[in-house]
Amino acid sequence: MTELAMHAADRDIADTLCDQVRSAYETRTPLRIVGGDTRAFYGRPVDGQALTMAEHSGIVSYDPVELVVTVRAGTRLSALQAALADKHQMLAFEPPMFGEASTIGGAVATGLSGPRRPWAGAARDFVLGTRVITQEGKLLRFGGEVMKNVAGYDLSRLMAGAQGTLGVLTDISFKVLPIPNATHSLRLSINLADALKKLAELGRKPLPITAAAWHNGELFLRLEGGNSSVSATQASLGGEPLDASFWTSLRDHTHDFFQLSDGQALWRLSLPPHTSPLALDIPEADIFYDWAGCQRWVKTSLDASTLRAACAAVGGHATCYTPHAQGGAVDPFTPLNTVVEKYHRNLKAELDAHGIFNPGRLYAAF
Amino acid sequence: MNILFDERLDGELVRREKSEVLNDLQQAVPDMTLLHREEDLRPFECDGLAAYRVLPMLVALPETLEQVKGLLQRCHALGVPVVTRGAGTGLSGGALPLEQGVLLVMSRFNQILKVDPDARLARVQPGVRNLAISEAAAPYGLYYAPDPSSQIACSIGGNVAENAGGVHCLKYGLTVHNVMRVDVLTIEGEHMTLGAESLDAPGFDLLALMNGSEGMLGVVTEITVKLLPKPETAKVLMASFDDVEKAGRAVGDIIAAGIIPGGLEMMDKLAIKAAEDFVKAGYPLDAEAILLCELDGVEADVDDDCDTVRRVLEAAGATNIQQARDEAERAKFWAGRKNAFPAVGRMSPDYYCMDGTIPRRELPRVLKGIAALSEESGLLVANVFHAGDGNMHPLILFDANKEGELALAEEVGGKILELCVAAGGSITGEHGVGREKINQMCSQFQPDEISVFHALKAAFDPKRLLNPGKNIPTLARCAEFGAMHVHNNELPHPELPRF
Repeated sequence: MTELAMHAADRDIADTLCDQVRSAYETRTPLRIVGGDTRAFYGRPVDGQALTMAEHSGIVSYDPVELVVTVRAGTRLSALQAALADKHQMLAFEPPMFGEASTIGGAVATGLSGPRRPWAGAARDFVLGTRVITQEGKLLRFGGEVMKNVAGYDLSRLMAGAQGTLGVLTDISFKVLPIPNATHSLRLSINLADALKKLAELGRKPLPITAAAWHNGELFLRLEGGNSSVSATQASLGGEPLDASFWTSLRDHTHDFFQLSDGQALWRLSLPPHTSPLALDIPEADIFYDWAGCQRWVKTSLDASTLRAACAAVGGHATCYTPHAQGGAVDPFTPLNTVVEKYHRNLKAELDAHGIFNPGRLYAAF
Repeated sequence: MNILFDERLDGELVRREKSEVLNDLQQAVPDMTLLHREEDLRPFECDGLAAYRVLPMLVALPETLEQVKGLLQRCHALGVPVVTRGAGTGLSGGALPLEQGVLLVMSRFNQILKVDPDARLARVQPGVRNLAISEAAAPYGLYYAPDPSSQIACSIGGNVAENAGGVHCLKYGLTVHNVMRVDVLTIEGEHMTLGAESLDAPGFDLLALMNGSEGMLGVVTEITVKLLPKPETAKVLMASFDDVEKAGRAVGDIIAAGIIPGGLEMMDKLAIKAAEDFVKAGYPLDAEAILLCELDGVEADVDDDCDTVRRVLEAAGATNIQQARDEAERAKFWAGRKNAFPAVGRMSPDYYCMDGTIPRRELPRVLKGIAALSEESGLLVANVFHAGDGNMHPLILFDANKEGELALAEEVGGKILELCVAAGGSITGEHGVGREKINQMCSQFQPDEISVFHALKAAFDPKRLLNPGKNIPTLARCAEFGAMHVHNNELPHPELPRF
């Protein structure tokens, strides 16, 4: 049966939010959609009237047997994760949390995923349905609370990662998964070339690996699954035990690596699997390989075009995590190809004709 | 139900003489195969939903991207609609042709361009068969996970268009979860790459939007899919129940025990009998329902999970539990399930396959509703479910040669889908809306939601030339045929013209 998990502080303010959007639409007032305001650094600054989501919070329904939870966007990630953990379940995409105030709406809007992403899937992969406030201030429902649903266009997944530029997410339904029975993290001393080779080899085997990172001569692995397979894999890989908090520090950027020196900006390089180290003038110590090498954190003073050209040459892209005001790139996201941009503009024009939803957050033009 | 395109409800189409379009395309794309004689067009008049047939104006069978581009550019200029077709195995009429339209058949794009075992990616053309990808990846110990029942015949391009599923979705996801990148030609003939070989791409997630868009937003010309390591082992348990509801509850109990099976399927008595008569799978004919639970992964974990599932099934009241002793028996158990549709086809001159999804907890209630509809209509319904993810495939048995039975089957089908929507589910889990469920869309979505879908469509294809009449109904259609209920004698959308 559906379990309602309302807390005293939980509120449904969707009607108020719709009124605010409607009035912004009528007066053509740009809105800056704010949850916990912990992800403002990600993307371009938005100049607009704050649309405050934090009060729209609480778990609407959670049925562990269905593997589905529906939650209001302003719900704190920590509260949601605690409620799921209580039933031995989790958000498998391991959303990063950049502060206690971090909300689930922000997590979905930014579409960021943690260390488990290459094995489990991204934020958008677990979004089953959403409620969205449209430009006219109407609260509409897309997708649903079932595992499979191919009726209509997949607007819910489109909203994930759109950073609030196409509408306001008010409620989100997720597929949740059981927390694995067994987990073990380990560290192995190994050079970069051998580590990347080993990761490719391991990747072709059905092993219970759910996180893999490399930094400064060490490969870090997390094993999760049944007791038998985790202990067998642990025995065959060897290495030293690693505290599980390592993965949280990597996910939330609290690891010492993420301290920047003067003149450095933090970049995220997203690259195809099994990509060799890029020919960039960056010391090895300033690169942290996550996602088995598909996501590389880089501290550098190199300019955006140099980094982006190197990534594009191998089929990847680069995102700047340091705000422009703190020395980061003016355009944090890789510019789009002309045709793709045309359809981005069309989409934005259709869903947000007056540019009221987080204008300029992703790209200056829309 | 009026299944064929109706301009009064589905929107006006540009009228052009066939000879004019033929001449234009022959001149613009001279080296492309273009069928125009009735006998050549006939084989393309329907897809897997064979009850509905329309002869297209022309059939184009391009072999190069330049040809597809040229065709799209001319059709765009002439205002001629384009319906894209892959292998034609779709069950919702998504590739049903239009009399005034060109059918763009992508089957000649059938090359596997690259299998990269280290990156675990395969780059393929849209006409490649689903199973052929797994076959090409097999030498490396890899496979492509989504496995629709039609996987020996259906093409990956069609899988993307429909966001196809299969029996392993709960654990391994749908097509959208397994496609990394698509190359697309827009209706104007522009090329776009959406997604990437990296795990994400900048901008909006247009890749997710393209999956399941039923050929309404662009024409997919190349696909990069993710490959997974083949599980070390897969074992299957078959449990019999003397009561369908008990079987339904057992499904929830397995999930509640923290297990995500690779496959979790359920069949009711009629489906069991049909399958057993057809393939001799070893199914128990005295059972009211059976569950097939496949556990895959590392050998030791699978053995542990099999023990857990066995205990859960016993506690749930299974009357018999059988584990396939070897690979041959496992294949036999699955053969019954995978052949359930043709098996039912042997019992009845015709059957109509539904594709609703529901929250699993609603299963007993929806089953009762289906039984009541079956009794009321006098039509038998066999039930086959992807139980793990709540995707039901009720098969309605009828005889199209009997006056009024097709219409009755459609009516029962429509009511079953409305039951699914009322239970908090969806009218389609994996087959797509196509033309078949165009009216039921009106019961799942409100007019404002449908208007947002139209806005999305307008962003990509403002002239509505790509597969018009599929997937998203017009508001006029909803007002006319839809299941929008009339409250207090007030008709919804009084402003819309009615026919």
